[in-house]
Amino acid sequence: MKSAVLVFPGSNCDRDMAVALETVTGKTPHMVWHGDSTLPDGLDIIAIPGGFSYGDYLRSGAMASRANIIDAVVKAANSGVNVLGVCNGFQILTEIGLLPGALMRNENIDFICKDVALSVGQSQSVFTSGYKKDETITIPVAHHDGNYFADDDGLNRLEDNDQIAFRYAKNINGSARNIAGILNAHGNVLGMMPHPERAIDSKHGGADGLRLFESLLS
Amino acid sequence: MSAIGKARSMKIRIFVTLKNGVLDPQGKAIHHALESLDFKGVNDVRAGKLIELDVDDGTSDSDIEKMCEKLLANTVIENFEIEKLADQATEEV
Repeated sequence: MKSAVLVFPGSNCDRDMAVALETVTGKTPHMVWHGDSTLPDGLDIIAIPGGFSYGDYLRSGAMASRANIIDAVVKAANSGVNVLGVCNGFQILTEIGLLPGALMRNENIDFICKDVALSVGQSQSVFTSGYKKDETITIPVAHHDGNYFADDDGLNRLEDNDQIAFRYAKNINGSARNIAGILNAHGNVLGMMPHPERAIDSKHGGADGLRLFESLLS
Repeated sequence: MSAIGKARSMKIRIFVTLKNGVLDPQGKAIHHALESLDFKGVNDVRAGKLIELDVDDGTSDSDIEKMCEKLLANTVIENFEIEKLADQATEEV
């Protein structure tokens, strides 16, 4: 499986993402700088890592979503390449418009950094097939702007189309309908605030995130 | 003198505000802080952004709107208002 990790000024989970992908695929991911305009050929997965791209200026993910490389990412996503955005990566995907809605300041305005329980919303996608629907898993979060917003029609569409991948077992940040991660309509783009790449080794607090990466292989 | 002066420019102010019905945690925190300072009668607080642009004179309204739609505001959650200030020369002559 051929993978790429995008790197922006201010990304800080790019290395962890690369380690997770390499652990599962056995191949070193291509690290792709935001200023490039092309992606390597034949990619199976593009990962947009967490961090604080462009210092979260203007809005989290806003500047990164207009970076040079993004046109190529949109083209790849529309042609069926899998795209995973974690934390700042999720914010970037909503700012690009590959995923609906927006991520706003946490309801209690705290930066939240802890392990959280998630409920798996669906197990039919390339990202979630390794989980059971309604299963509870534990994955860490670390964010200030994770409060998912969409209007009621948009939220209903997500539910009707089975696009909600993960929900917080207990709402930590004010997210509409406890949403922690969503898929696009085709199921090949996933954005999530929790960090699966930080949960790939039981010696480091848990391995519930590993199955997400393993799902991609099967 | 103006023929050899710099191109004239204009100042644009863009107000970015959260749409009605979108929760504003920052506004809420500011509201609480005002109350804790004993200011009475503040019913609600909404926080937004003011962005000032200095653009070439003659920049079209539609270009400014595109700037707002493509970058300066996220129209999923935000509204924007454009205010044009009086034309001015960038350099005194």
